[in-house]
Amino acid sequence: MAIIKVERPKLSIGEKIYFGAIFKGMVITLRHAFRSLVGKTTGAKELNSSGVGVTMQYPEQKWDDQLPEYYRGAPALVTDERDRERCVSCQLCEFICPPKAIKITPGEIPSDNEWAKIEKRPLEFDIDMIRCIYCGMCEEVCPEQAIYLRPDYVITGTDRNEMVHDKDRLYEIGGKRVGLVNKWNDLK
Amino acid sequence: MDTTLLIAAAIKIAVFIGITMSFVSICVIFERRFSAIIQDRVGPNRTMIPLSILGFKKDLALPIGGLTQPVADGLKFILKEDFTPSYVRKFFFWLAPVLVVVPALLTMAVIPFGSPMEIAGNVIPMAVADLNVGPLYIFAIASLSVYGITLAGWASNSKYPFFGGVRACAQMISYEIALGLSIVPVLMFFGGLNLGHIVEDQVTNGWLLLPLWNEGGFIISSGYWADPQASIQRLLLLIPIIISFIIFTTSIFAETNRMPFDLPECETELVGGYHTEYSSMKFALFFMGEYAAMVVGSALIVTLFLGGWSIGFGIDNLLPVGAWWVSLLHIGVFLGKVTFFILFFILVRWTVPRFRYDQLMNLGWIVFFEAALINVFLAALVIAYPSIGFVGVAIGFALLITASILLIKIAKGSLEKPSATAV
Amino acid sequence: MSEDAPANTVTAEKELPKDLAAAAGMVNVQIDGEWLQVPKGTRMIEAAKLVGKEVPHYCYHPKLSSPGNCRMCLVQMGMPPRPAPGQAPVYGDDGFQEIGWMPRPVIACANTVAENMGIRTGGDLVEKTREGVMEFLLINHPLDCPICDQAGECKLQEFSVEHGRGASRFKETKIKKPKNVDIGKNIRLDDERCIMCSRCIRFMDEVAEEPVLGFSQRGTHTSVTVHPGYRLDNNYSLNTADICPVGALTSNDFRFQMRVWFLKETKSIDINCGTGANTVIWTRGNEVFRVTPRQNDDVNSSWMPDSHRLSFNNLQTDDRLSGPLIKKDGKHLQSSWMEATAHAAAGLGMRQSDEVAIIASGRLSNEELFLTKQIAKALGTELIATVPRIGESDGKLISADRNPNTTGASLIWNTSDPAEKLDAIREGVSSGRIKALIVLSEDLLKEANFDSSDLKKLDHLIVSHTHANPTASHADVVFSGAGFAEKRATYVNVTGRLQRANQAVIAPGEARDDWESLAALLSQLDENYIPPASMDSILNHISSEVSEFKGQTFGSIGDLGIQITETGVTIPLLEQEKARVESGQIVG
Repeated sequence: MAIIKVERPKLSIGEKIYFGAIFKGMVITLRHAFRSLVGKTTGAKELNSSGVGVTMQYPEQKWDDQLPEYYRGAPALVTDERDRERCVSCQLCEFICPPKAIKITPGEIPSDNEWAKIEKRPLEFDIDMIRCIYCGMCEEVCPEQAIYLRPDYVITGTDRNEMVHDKDRLYEIGGKRVGLVNKWNDLK
Repeated sequence: MDTTLLIAAAIKIAVFIGITMSFVSICVIFERRFSAIIQDRVGPNRTMIPLSILGFKKDLALPIGGLTQPVADGLKFILKEDFTPSYVRKFFFWLAPVLVVVPALLTMAVIPFGSPMEIAGNVIPMAVADLNVGPLYIFAIASLSVYGITLAGWASNSKYPFFGGVRACAQMISYEIALGLSIVPVLMFFGGLNLGHIVEDQVTNGWLLLPLWNEGGFIISSGYWADPQASIQRLLLLIPIIISFIIFTTSIFAETNRMPFDLPECETELVGGYHTEYSSMKFALFFMGEYAAMVVGSALIVTLFLGGWSIGFGIDNLLPVGAWWVSLLHIGVFLGKVTFFILFFILVRWTVPRFRYDQLMNLGWIVFFEAALINVFLAALVIAYPSIGFVGVAIGFALLITASILLIKIAKGSLEKPSATAV
Repeated sequence: MSEDAPANTVTAEKELPKDLAAAAGMVNVQIDGEWLQVPKGTRMIEAAKLVGKEVPHYCYHPKLSSPGNCRMCLVQMGMPPRPAPGQAPVYGDDGFQEIGWMPRPVIACANTVAENMGIRTGGDLVEKTREGVMEFLLINHPLDCPICDQAGECKLQEFSVEHGRGASRFKETKIKKPKNVDIGKNIRLDDERCIMCSRCIRFMDEVAEEPVLGFSQRGTHTSVTVHPGYRLDNNYSLNTADICPVGALTSNDFRFQMRVWFLKETKSIDINCGTGANTVIWTRGNEVFRVTPRQNDDVNSSWMPDSHRLSFNNLQTDDRLSGPLIKKDGKHLQSSWMEATAHAAAGLGMRQSDEVAIIASGRLSNEELFLTKQIAKALGTELIATVPRIGESDGKLISADRNPNTTGASLIWNTSDPAEKLDAIREGVSSGRIKALIVLSEDLLKEANFDSSDLKKLDHLIVSHTHANPTASHADVVFSGAGFAEKRATYVNVTGRLQRANQAVIAPGEARDDWESLAALLSQLDENYIPPASMDSILNHISSEVSEFKGQTFGSIGDLGIQITETGVTIPLLEQEKARVESGQIVG
């Protein structure tokens, strides 16, 4: 490797005193502060600024419509177009979950159920949102396409129990997903 | 002693400490909001008055832009767990934050906040103590705060606080010299050390940095030039005074550990510096001490160079002397000026990057020390002009230049690295 | 030729490997290029196992006959070409004939090895064959692994990863077969998942000797069923779920309880009868999910009765005692161990030695029985007995003695019948002569014919048990003990084999290992007694005092136990198995 020796630039007396540069810097800072104060910062408009800087005043202003399709928010269970649970509680998500946020109690579908042939469904399905790291491993591993990371990111609660999403809450967040999943196939 | 004076002194102590402390809070909110705006952010803008914890239905959301934030900060500091590591030297660990705050508050005593007020026939100066050695008192007390920082660093029994403490010690001692030398010209000009008199002098003869008026009128009026020699001398004096001002202001930055000289607590190198091991209110005391020092520094700059409480431009002379509202007005003006300097401090912090430690030392010992030294003689020549005449000044000037060149040469020599022949 | 002749003679004189092997009843086999001697009559699959080559298989099980119907174990075989008439066999430098490889594969499970045979467990032909077999097996398989309980321990999953082709070319409709069929009280059948290996059929026929399973239909419609009018209610039915290589037969008890990959395996033994079948306890967290048999050819072969393996469900019930209790004003109150032990000892200390008796249990471990003996010695009483539990042997694995450690009690207490004084104690209690009684892990009212009015006559009753029970409700002090999966201990089974149970879960709440509460009580009764630091040091004490235990430690016992005495008792199932091995039905 060639060694390139870079000479330090020779400074003139004016530059050596520094005060000019410091003063200039302060002017730049002040100008920037002023532009920020009147909402003229670069990108303020595109970023939907609240008026100062580029900051959005979060709970009042949100950016939901700009969220990308692949946004990884809260994991949730989905039902199919006929409101059937897709999850068969195979517990692969529980296994893969890096922070061990998922806890499933498997259960059997009662024999009088129309879909008793599926045999298995989750009796309880809890995701501890305090633990969840939104990595999306559960979505990736799910063989039944039953768990998805939804764009919901406002997960708040005032105690720990509130932060545990149970089955009902997960289906509420998840909603419906259309598309064939193997297990419903009558021919199978 | 007169009871009125005693009561007045007590009230003054309470009020001025109160003012200083509230200025510390204001500094914090200014710092947070101003820096946020500089960085395209919003900063704390939504602290409200939490009436709901008192049982009311809703919080009181006043459109005050988060001005209650310092209250919330303070409450948080008080309520946080006060954690004392097991390995520290307990007594000194507890003593250190106090030693930082108390000197900063004590120095407030000699600052004249406003024009003297006349109550019940007593003229009460608007300073807690109208000392004849004001600046000396300030330097003496302010330099005590370095003990607090050094003690904190040592008592923490941990390496980064220790580095921080050592750095603070070296830095403060170094800059105290420049600080002291830089105001020698000012004191020579005023011929006294009473800060109250210094301000009154500036009321009549124009601010030290802004000598646009005197008893005769403004610079454009003929009265101003009634004694042309004195007026020219006064304007000539601006050169050493500006040098003084720059050195003094910069040294105050270094003394208060503010950016760009906050090396004792620079987080990229020393975690948190001397207060790494501190938490809760003990940490808050360091914080307060630092900001109080900033307030006192600003107040000192304002008092020495920018006329203290005077409104300036001869307006003070039109106002009745000793009326209570005039005093209050002057206090307001003084605080306004201080606020301006605080904003200046903040602006500098967010503009200038941090120095390297050797650069800091070079600046203190090689640039400021020498410059302040030369500046003393320069000011002396200007002040002595009437008595020693033109020839005296010329000889003195020649001598000064020779001495300066010699000094600069020595200084430069000390900066040079040893030759690299050994390689 | 004349030059060759001397060389030939030399070869003839030098002993050939085949002769050397034959002298020892062995044959030479080449497996994947490596020659080795194996006993004559060894199956090819077992010979391959000897050199560490695992041949994939479904239907083959060493304890069952080999019908060879899954075709998964196909390997390539070769023999020396048959010499033409008059031609002498040609031996190479290493003394072996050249192997002529057969163009079609053979099954390794049902064929035995022969002299100079070659086996290839890999290679193009074998791998292609396995791929084909796997594809056929998976044609009608529903691939419902996310639902299936076998997932994670399924041979079909394992081998399709190792030997399968990854994707199916089958586009037609899969055959529908009965799913979720209730064929017995412990077993659920899913015919779609079945690969017709017939292991379960053979097990029921050969080992359980109740041949209720069989194939019906033909071709791709073949399915396993129970014979009409019969159910798979045999007490060994759950073994079929164990040996089922896929998820066709699953346990009703374990059904959808937990995925096996979450479970931690702890090697232990069964303590429901004197046989002491070796088990694996499967746990997650502090919960036992299932118990399965562990192969030990000296105790339980590979099997285990259903009644024993399901008994773990009794452990984790609501009436578990979770801490020591002291009776005050007719009510049991939670107490601390210190207090309870002190209270128990105070009630014992003032008694005459003939006023005190101890009823221990044949369910206690050797260590606990040893401490019991020491307590009896400290109290000076001779009245110490276990409660006998004699049932009927089922002629297989369930011993007539339902106590797991009667042999241990006899050895440690140095008596031929540890239960002999029970009647004396019962009589003493009912006559009021015995004032204080210690009952360990027994419910006297239910199991030992005691009368509750008799127990009321006692001044001081100490009961140690895992569960709340009628006897404990009479007790002045109740110690909460640890159950079978909750402690590490040793037992001696009916044949005189010292075995080790390991701790799989932690006892609930404040409950303690029995040895801890016994040692604490003992140190209250006897000031000079130094409480042992652990179970190990008690076993050390035993080994120094009881000659049969000499030199035994938890380490020396090992996973499979160690024979320390001969009682002459045999386990019927092992005898039956031995006969089948001798007749060549199974490999064993």
